[in-house]
Amino acid sequence: MKSKSSRYLAMPYIIWIVGFIVIPLLTIVYYGFTDPNHAFTLGNLAEILVWENYRPLYRAMLLAASCTAICFLLAFPLAMILREHKVGRGSIIVFIFILPMWMNSLLRILAWQTLLERKGVINGMLTALHLPEQHLINTTAAVLIGMVYDFLPFMILPLYNALMKIDDNTVNAAYDLGASFWQTLTKIILPLSVPGIVSGVTMVFVPALTTFAISNMLGGGKIYLIGNVIEQEFMQDSDWNQGSGLSLVLMIFVIVSMLFVNHFDDKSDTRRGGIM
Amino acid sequence: MEKMKKALSNCYLSLIVLFMYAPIATLVVLSFNSGRSRAKWSGFTTDWYLEMLADDTIMAALRNTLIIAFLSALIATILGTLAAIGINNMKSWSRNTVMSITNIPMLNADIVTGISLMLCFIAFKISLGFHTILIAHITFNLPYVILSVMPKVRQSSKDTYEAALDLGATPIQAFFKVVLPELMPGVTSGFMLAFTMSLDDFIITHFTRGAGIDTISTLVYSQVRKGISPTMYALSTVIFLTVFIVLMIGNYAPEWLSRRKK
Amino acid sequence: MSKNLLQLQNISKSYDGQLILDDLSLDIHENSFVTFLGPSGCGKTTTLRIIGGFEKPDQGRVLFDGADITDLPANKRQLNTVFQKYALFPHMSIADNIAFGLRIKNKPESYIKDKIKYALKLVNLDGFEKRSIDSLSGGQQQRIAIARAIVNEPRLLLLDEPLGALDLKLRQEMQYELIRLKNELGITFIYVTHDQEEALTMSDYVVVMNQGYIQQAGSPEQIYNEPENAFVADFIGDSNIIGGVMLEDYVVRICGKTFKCVDAGFGTNKPVDVVIRPEDVEIIEDDDPKAILHGEMTHIIFKGEIYEMECRSEDGFEWLIHSTEMHEPGKKVGLYVKPSNIQIMNKPESEDEEALGVEE
Repeated sequence: MKSKSSRYLAMPYIIWIVGFIVIPLLTIVYYGFTDPNHAFTLGNLAEILVWENYRPLYRAMLLAASCTAICFLLAFPLAMILREHKVGRGSIIVFIFILPMWMNSLLRILAWQTLLERKGVINGMLTALHLPEQHLINTTAAVLIGMVYDFLPFMILPLYNALMKIDDNTVNAAYDLGASFWQTLTKIILPLSVPGIVSGVTMVFVPALTTFAISNMLGGGKIYLIGNVIEQEFMQDSDWNQGSGLSLVLMIFVIVSMLFVNHFDDKSDTRRGGIM
Repeated sequence: MEKMKKALSNCYLSLIVLFMYAPIATLVVLSFNSGRSRAKWSGFTTDWYLEMLADDTIMAALRNTLIIAFLSALIATILGTLAAIGINNMKSWSRNTVMSITNIPMLNADIVTGISLMLCFIAFKISLGFHTILIAHITFNLPYVILSVMPKVRQSSKDTYEAALDLGATPIQAFFKVVLPELMPGVTSGFMLAFTMSLDDFIITHFTRGAGIDTISTLVYSQVRKGISPTMYALSTVIFLTVFIVLMIGNYAPEWLSRRKK
Repeated sequence: MSKNLLQLQNISKSYDGQLILDDLSLDIHENSFVTFLGPSGCGKTTTLRIIGGFEKPDQGRVLFDGADITDLPANKRQLNTVFQKYALFPHMSIADNIAFGLRIKNKPESYIKDKIKYALKLVNLDGFEKRSIDSLSGGQQQRIAIARAIVNEPRLLLLDEPLGALDLKLRQEMQYELIRLKNELGITFIYVTHDQEEALTMSDYVVVMNQGYIQQAGSPEQIYNEPENAFVADFIGDSNIIGGVMLEDYVVRICGKTFKCVDAGFGTNKPVDVVIRPEDVEIIEDDDPKAILHGEMTHIIFKGEIYEMECRSEDGFEWLIHSTEMHEPGKKVGLYVKPSNIQIMNKPESEDEEALGVEE
């Protein structure tokens, strides 16, 4: 298209993103830095230092990091196997592993609730086998399982994409030069799949860090995460200034952790193993 | 040795499949269980499906979910496709600025995006409801559309557009007959992506919906607190099956068709 | 003759029920430059991968220096490969790429440094240690891939169409480089290509393959001058392949005329295939008594050093002729072929043998 006039095709979009991305962000920044009387304050940000807020953030970081690690440890061997068996992008097997990504995540958490509940499927089976009932729901482990379950496909896809991009002969060349399987894995395959690892880690860590639905449904209000704190500030306590302050803190945490992860991927734009 | 490795890796694949699908399968089984118990099989029934169809709240939520997904994907696709063409022809600094803003909703946590939109709506006295959910969904769908269409825009050459003009087409005809068909694969995948993202969303909807309107996600979330009725299992089964069929067709129908032609 | 470094014994390999290699046997002498030549899908790359250890044969054995290495994994073999598209490690510098094999073997860093320097010098890229892979041209990447392989001092170097991705000029340059390297290093090269010119230029020994069989193996001269069947004749250079009848020893009938030749032992009145290279067909005056055939020039193309022409003889056969002299289309001419330039080949008899023939 001829360049000059076609630029204006982007006008509606630019108006849209100014109205619904830029202005809302400025709004949350405004609320975050003011008190209910519209006076400037840093108090809302400082709220994070209070034990009741600091603790859920710490817990969320811990859970999100564990969830990301578990997802990686489950997904990497899987992606390696798919690569080794030369399972192509269009095959049914890959489709099966990616499919849950498109299924409503709340319904998938609901499934776990049904399994783990006090009168749920697992305890029902245990009783049928005359074994003692277990306390499964409303534990940290239950929340962690839910997170791993919900986000695993988001780790599998980028890892699979990144591994499939590695040329067979590059791997063969390492063997040819005398490297063992482990040497090839650590010196060639892992470094070359860094872009995929970075996308996978980002796509798992950020939603895990900020979730409130999973902790609410599988933690029963007992496993309180930073997402729950913020959600309550807005939906129940209606303290928008404090809620905005904490949201800004959370945003900073997300940005910092993503900068940290991206730092490993110096050539991110040329070899990214993106979502689709 | 080779055989054992193969068996071991197949075993691993099966375990992951089991982990991914056993919970879903449980819901499907329970949706046909006549008793309310989750632990005991009391006989086969389709009553929950009938009850679900008769339930106004569920049906309204289903309708809202589909309408919002369709409309938001459609509007985002139109806005996003035009934008991708426009952005591609911008000077590099303004292109970079627009693209960084475009990436914000993808990089930001959904909870922050949802809250910022809610605050903005309330601050500007826009009442929360169907339209605010729609606006929010269009907003988070746009980056996905642009990211799908952008590579196609970059690939497509200016030459074809100019060739169309040279052969007597008006700019509008050239756009619809030459430029758009070239971008079409990106546009369709952008639409599909946006549609599924919208179907799946909970967090942003949760903050931007007003009282009295539900989508499937928010309905499930509120039901969980009250105790889950087996109609929810019936609903889950229907949704899982629909997603499965739609994606199956989307992924494999073109291949099957072309194989048949051969 | 020097001893056998590598022996392939009765190798068979099939994929998805399709036979790629059928009972292939071959000995490769130490210090030779051997080329596997054939069209794509002929099994040459599969053979190379079996030697390299990236594929296991379904049947047969691979012997290296007399020892059976059929089941030895690639990383334990005393040979190295230069891959088709170089397969350099994109996340490493050039020095790290070259050092990879040596570091695996825990060689001391000072030794590695010297080796890198030596290898870069050998491939004419001194001072490239710190450069990144992306900054190199295709030809340079190819040299690094070779350097990376030879620092490990393999006794056998496998090269899988290493020049395929380069343009013509660069390819010719690299051909000389490779011959020089081979002579300087004094190791055995096995080279895979589909380019017959490359094969003839570089090798001491050419193995022509098609459909999983070795069609002919021999020196470049043998392969070119004495093709054993129609496939080899057709694949190696241009040629006129004509059905003929061997009347008796040293006499063959082609196109209804009798030619003297130098081959014997085919029997009498035996149908054969006859190969005559286009540069061996001499165009003489129509009334020259030497002329065996008479015909009319039909096409001419100027090719630089020669004219490529076609001449239809009385019986209707279109002869391909290369000559430095020009003959306009329409001109009546006489044709003559020296007896020593007529190459007689057995006609494939059974259907199985037919499968070996020209079929592209």
